[in-house]
Amino acid sequence: MLTVEGLVKRFGGFTAVNNVSFRVEQGEILGLIGPNGSGKSTIFNMLSGTLVPTAGSILFDGAEISGVAPHRIINSGIGRTFQIPRPFHRLSIFENVALAGYYGQGSHSRAKADEAAERALGMVGLPTDRHASVDGLGAAGLKKLELAKALATGPKLLLADESLGGLDEHEMDQAADMLRKIRDELGITIIWVEHIMGVLMRVVDRVMVLDHGEKISEGLPSAVAGDPRVIEVYLGTDADSSQAAAAEARRKAGV
Amino acid sequence: MNSRHIAWAVGLAALVALPFVYREPYHLHILVLILIWSFAYTAWSIMGRFGLVSLGHGGFMGVGAYVTALLWNHLGVSPWIGIPISMVAAGVLALVVAYPCFRFRITGHYFVLVTLALSGIVLQVITATRDYTGGSLGYTPNRAPSGKGLLALQFDDKTTWYLIALGVWVLGLLVWRWVDRSMSRYAMEAISEDEDAAAAAGVNVTAEKLKITLISALMTALAGALYCQYQMFISPDTVSGIAVSLQMVFAVIVGGLYVSLGPTVGAIITIMLAEVLRIRFGTGAVGWDNLVYGVLLVVFIIFLPKGILGSVMERFKTQPKKV
Repeated sequence: MLTVEGLVKRFGGFTAVNNVSFRVEQGEILGLIGPNGSGKSTIFNMLSGTLVPTAGSILFDGAEISGVAPHRIINSGIGRTFQIPRPFHRLSIFENVALAGYYGQGSHSRAKADEAAERALGMVGLPTDRHASVDGLGAAGLKKLELAKALATGPKLLLADESLGGLDEHEMDQAADMLRKIRDELGITIIWVEHIMGVLMRVVDRVMVLDHGEKISEGLPSAVAGDPRVIEVYLGTDADSSQAAAAEARRKAGV
Repeated sequence: MNSRHIAWAVGLAALVALPFVYREPYHLHILVLILIWSFAYTAWSIMGRFGLVSLGHGGFMGVGAYVTALLWNHLGVSPWIGIPISMVAAGVLALVVAYPCFRFRITGHYFVLVTLALSGIVLQVITATRDYTGGSLGYTPNRAPSGKGLLALQFDDKTTWYLIALGVWVLGLLVWRWVDRSMSRYAMEAISEDEDAAAAAGVNVTAEKLKITLISALMTALAGALYCQYQMFISPDTVSGIAVSLQMVFAVIVGGLYVSLGPTVGAIITIMLAEVLRIRFGTGAVGWDNLVYGVLLVVFIIFLPKGILGSVMERFKTQPKKV
């Protein structure tokens, strides 16, 4: 469904993403992890058109989308959330989502937009009341709204950017279940960016690890959790603690 | 049909009937001015309410007025054709200035500065081409021979002008309302808050902004052309330049940026103010209105940012519900 080849992004002399290639298969959930500044969000911004890659190609459903305008990419079937929720405060919750339903699917039909908004809000569990204000939402509610907006654009591929930052453990589990439900019920392929490993490992089919803009590991969660390079990046090199961490990571991954 | 519709219908009927029962020419003249400027201010507010603060609308108004008058005087083109041409010219000018701004994300203060330059440039062009435009002395469309008044869009009686101005004013309100109820409003509100997030919702940010700018510029040019036809005299100071642009900003902010009749309230205030100063102090007070605008603008932005009508209406409206 998505084939990324040799993706590079430089900002002046700084290379944020260096020669990253990967594939995403129809119907899977790919986890994308790495420490802060490892290039996860930069990759997302290139996939969604917000940034233009310095080099490399991004094929989505066989079409090159590298450097294409963001609204065209969204219309072609990629939806995205932002790491920090970016709701439109001057619109109600419903209008936020209806906007995405109207423009995101390229249908420009009011009825379809309202329908998409109802469905997306129902999916994430937010009220479908037309006038409820965004300002009444807490951190978890804003993340749900972010997800509803992305869903309303009718994506085949959902780019979920660090959906769990700022949530408590219970909310994290709920959010992780939500992503799985979106894949299972709506058949939407998902790339999930996160730096909290534990809860992600439980849900994803495959995981890819970035450090300093380069891919350092990729595979099944169980294999990646035990990869010494991953442990080094996440927990440092001290031998004792790294073994303990590997065990901890495996435990969290449930393997 | 609810009480709101009925109120509008009754109000409109009263406004249409007015010149047939009340014929005081000076008062009708003031009403025509208020209606034409209300239309211009409404045009400005269609952009301004979304944070696209333009100080270039004096330029669009000048293009509307001068292109129409020049085509009539030099080529004998009837304003019925000249006005659409002048609107197209203003539209092209708007796109030429706005496209690079929107494409390269010139927003906020920087956008204001670019549009300010536009106002200045149009004023300079009118002044510099004085052989054609009369420069700062102003310009008068040629009088049509008798019997050709309709062709030349020149009417002597105030009632005709009052009805034309009323029609255009209603048109402006309808456009305002159409934008207000369209999905474009959601898109523009979203864009004014966060362009990246709007694009992630699938909005073509550049195209939406251009659309709103184009509508606003076309309407403003029409206002300029009608003002020219009505007054039969235009000068760079009255229909173009920075002073006219600032007057639009002032009127809309004072009246209310987010309500359909806000610009109209602003027009009533600015024109009454200008008239009172003119009658009271005569030529001794030339330019005083601009001074008062400036002071009031600051006061309003600080104490009454929603404008007079906006603040009054808010009292009657229920607050949006919280989740």
